[in-house]
Amino acid sequence: MRIPCPHCGPRTHEEFTYYGDATVRRPSATGPDAEAAFYDYVYTRDNPCGLHRELWFHQGGCHEWLVVERDTRNHDIKGAVPARSVFSADDAT
Amino acid sequence: MSSRIAQGGAINRQQVCRFTFDGAGYSGYAGDSLASALLANDIRLVGRSFKYHRPRGILSAGSEEPNALVELRSGARREPNTRATDIELYDGLEATSQNRWPSLKFDVQAINGLFSPLFVAGFYYKTFMWPASFWEKVYEPLIRRAAGLGRAALEADPDHYEKSWAHCDVLVIGAGPAGLAAALTAARTGARVILADENFVLGGRCLAERRTIDGQPAADWAAQAIAELRSMPDVRLFPRTTVFGVFDDGVYGAVERVNDHLPVPPEFQPRQRVWRFIAKQAVLASGAIERPLVFGNNDLPGVMLAGAVRTYLNRYAVLPGRRAVVFTDNDDGWTTAADLVAAGGQVAAIVDSREPVIVSELARRFPDIQAIAGEVNGARGGRHVESVEVTSRTGTSHRIDCNLVAMSGGWSPTLHLTSHKGNRPRWDEERSIFVPDMLPTGMRVAGAANGDMTLGEALVTGFRQGLTAAASCGFSGSMPALPRVTEESARRVPLWRVRQALGKCFVDFQNDVTTDDVELAEHEGYRSIEHLKRYTTLGMATDQGKTSGVTGIALLAQRRSIPVAATGTTTFRPPYTPVAMGALAGHHRGMDFRPTRYAPSHRWASELGASFTESGPWLRAQWFPRAGETDWFEPTCREVKAVRSTVGLCDVSTLGKIDVQGPDALKFIERLYANNFATLAVGRTRYGIMLREDGFMFDDGTAARLAENRYLITTTTAHAVQVYQHMHLCHQTLWPELDVQFVSVTDQWAQFAVAGPRSRALLQRVLDPRCDLSNEAFPFMACGEVALRNGEPARLFRISFSGELAYEIAVPGHRGDALIRTLHDAGQDLGVVPYGLEALNVLRVEKGHVVGSELNGQTTAHDLGFGRMLSTQKDFIGSVLGRRANLIDPARPRLVGIKTVDRNAKLAGGMHFIPQHAQRSIEHDQGHVTSVCYSPILEQWIGLGLLTNGPDRHGEKVMVVDPLRGAETLVEICSPVFIDPEGARLRG
Repeated sequence: MRIPCPHCGPRTHEEFTYYGDATVRRPSATGPDAEAAFYDYVYTRDNPCGLHRELWFHQGGCHEWLVVERDTRNHDIKGAVPARSVFSADDAT
Repeated sequence: MSSRIAQGGAINRQQVCRFTFDGAGYSGYAGDSLASALLANDIRLVGRSFKYHRPRGILSAGSEEPNALVELRSGARREPNTRATDIELYDGLEATSQNRWPSLKFDVQAINGLFSPLFVAGFYYKTFMWPASFWEKVYEPLIRRAAGLGRAALEADPDHYEKSWAHCDVLVIGAGPAGLAAALTAARTGARVILADENFVLGGRCLAERRTIDGQPAADWAAQAIAELRSMPDVRLFPRTTVFGVFDDGVYGAVERVNDHLPVPPEFQPRQRVWRFIAKQAVLASGAIERPLVFGNNDLPGVMLAGAVRTYLNRYAVLPGRRAVVFTDNDDGWTTAADLVAAGGQVAAIVDSREPVIVSELARRFPDIQAIAGEVNGARGGRHVESVEVTSRTGTSHRIDCNLVAMSGGWSPTLHLTSHKGNRPRWDEERSIFVPDMLPTGMRVAGAANGDMTLGEALVTGFRQGLTAAASCGFSGSMPALPRVTEESARRVPLWRVRQALGKCFVDFQNDVTTDDVELAEHEGYRSIEHLKRYTTLGMATDQGKTSGVTGIALLAQRRSIPVAATGTTTFRPPYTPVAMGALAGHHRGMDFRPTRYAPSHRWASELGASFTESGPWLRAQWFPRAGETDWFEPTCREVKAVRSTVGLCDVSTLGKIDVQGPDALKFIERLYANNFATLAVGRTRYGIMLREDGFMFDDGTAARLAENRYLITTTTAHAVQVYQHMHLCHQTLWPELDVQFVSVTDQWAQFAVAGPRSRALLQRVLDPRCDLSNEAFPFMACGEVALRNGEPARLFRISFSGELAYEIAVPGHRGDALIRTLHDAGQDLGVVPYGLEALNVLRVEKGHVVGSELNGQTTAHDLGFGRMLSTQKDFIGSVLGRRANLIDPARPRLVGIKTVDRNAKLAGGMHFIPQHAQRSIEHDQGHVTSVCYSPILEQWIGLGLLTNGPDRHGEKVMVVDPLRGAETLVEICSPVFIDPEGARLRG
């Protein structure tokens, strides 16, 4: 499997460290249901058959966290973007 | 060399290669395979079969060979189960037959054949069921001895293996006519091309056939094509290279047999090299594999695939038999008859199973050969075929004497690589073959691999696919003029098995699976092809059923009266042919399995005779023995005492170090650490703990505020990488708005602990005299930039892991060796002692500091006595879930100190706490001992542990038990801080 790093180009997956679901967002620590929300954030995950947006760290390269879109059925990778662009955009909206 | 044809062949008669087989000496020529050289020397019997120990010869001329497996080389270089048909002959080659005892010609276990009812499908499950006690003692050794293949070498492999990468636009797999054609058109567009072929000569069946391309022999056309490819700078040719697997995103695994054709690889060269080819496009031109026909004793030596016979005749100039019978269900078999006659052989008869009208039409072209419309019922002979029994369609039977049977059941496309990513091939009913269907992204198929069996089709599809592959990469070119080629026909009427058979009819030669086994399995309900495979082991040998798979499927379909298409295929997985584990491992063996990291003081410590141990990726000094000290215990105790009474030196560079800078550095650190850092002044250091988001302890270390917006934080050696990664995750996904930068500087700084009552005195000798180390100027937890006596810059931290007055001094990594020597020399009269990991561990247990054994991923801050450090004023990683009721339950196992009641008793890590008078059972388990040591200060064994309600139980006596080793002793629960609980020493 090769991941198209936006900084380093397509690189082999051994250079990357997998983390997991890139769609969950850290909830507010002060909300009334903070504990339940954090429980959900830390433990509850979907297991999709098909496209999955997930976080990979380019440990053997640029040290960028990437949001990679991968098809869980066949490892086809649709693309990869720097996580900070995705998460900054979240904050903006 | 009695079977060598006087002229022709792609062999070099000037270069004689001597070799041995089962100890006897023979010779062949450069360009021979081991199989062709054996045949040239009239050796027909080369092995014994897996279950029945039946005599076996050479069936094929390629990597599909199921029978002719030999042990190659000897001693540490012995390699079992190599295919004689694949092995390139070299001078000095040693080969030994396998699975026979006492000799190949006389094998006592051939008697297994008489007991063959015992060895039918599922025999493993049926025969050796009872009594159970017989399994290990009788059956397993028996099976292992009887049903073995070759023997692996018992010594370590003395050769090297490499791993490498190569990139290209178009990868062409297979260098037969289709592959060469594809490589030519792709390369002529300017695309970067890699052409790989498993054989030691490129050319494929161009070398094996007497066909012409534009009037010249196909082999000459191939030679010209290769010469043209070789002349192009962006083309790389890989002979002796098997592309064994297709992986994600255009990654192809291949093994190049760099030096397998030499007795010993030249110095500094690998035996084999595993390649990963990264290709934008691939053209699969892997050809086809001929199917054996299924008749009685079709496994006798001398029964050979018809196409292989042509390879031996035309490529190797060997006549595999003087008097042949050709048995075929297709037109291609007739070509073999023609080639045999052309080579001076005698064809006693050609037996064609098809309608007489087809047979007589073909027979008109061969007026001198007796053609029979009928079938071969069986072969006869002892260790070699001597005759065949033939029944014609009219019902007449003949016995025909012969010493070669060339059989052809048609050709199966070699489409394995098309299905490595999970795609299944499609059954083409009209041609009775499986053909590729869905393909891996970027792959195209040309020639026989796609079912286009004739030379003309191979060239056309090759040219076309090479061009389209290059076009997909952005290169353009044009189709060359199509060459004129010899006419051929692949017409066939499949004969999956003969109607009347004499003797066992083998389907899978290597695993000794017969038609009876297939029928029995079906009869017993194993009707899925996957079940049939596992029950009969059809296709499960080292050849993975290359010659047997399709026939097995067709026989099952026939038996169940369903179409082959409904039966499906088993799954093809990498590797295509066996790949040595050594090649896959490459250089990652022994100490080279992963890089070893050496601490900056390593050379100095080695000179002092230190004993080293692996600590994660690092090699660290364990202890520094002095003359007369022979074990670990003495030096460790001496080093501990020195730190507590004079001064010790220890390399702590392996701790992770991360330099954090920026206007938001404090905000960032505040969110990472569970405790407060807002009040930390510049020039001060603070101990900090990090949690995971689930509320459990992640790591601990110190953060030193070097400047207003600059912190140097340390991590444990074990978690250095994870913490750094975690910080990036937090910054890039949680708080991208924070203006902060950080980088790991673990390798950039050498850092040494200088610990003990005389540490200040020692440092004063090493540092610039203007540097004030008094308690007032540089108190406990101070940090700052200092200068050495020679003016070089250093950093000083007044932190202590031992509980003594202590410092850590850091210099740029390359100055570490000089500094440790300076420190050691300067402190001789102060009694300075280097100490290693063992003493470091004793010192920290005595002081109650936690390390990996306590930070084990299952403990919380509360468990380890850090509960009060958790800030309630801020949000930090783990703040919410760390407050969960269950995680702050006082009844959780929590950190305590323990000392033995009997001062002579010993402790072991991992012992479990059990109340004094309770039964030693899991119900009474109250936690476990995490760290133990002999304390030379307290002169007894002490330890740390995690005990239910621990901190509330100081003074209580509890049993610690080790049921595995039958040890137990009584301990007293106490504070984890054994030495200087008030901290007077470290502030002194």
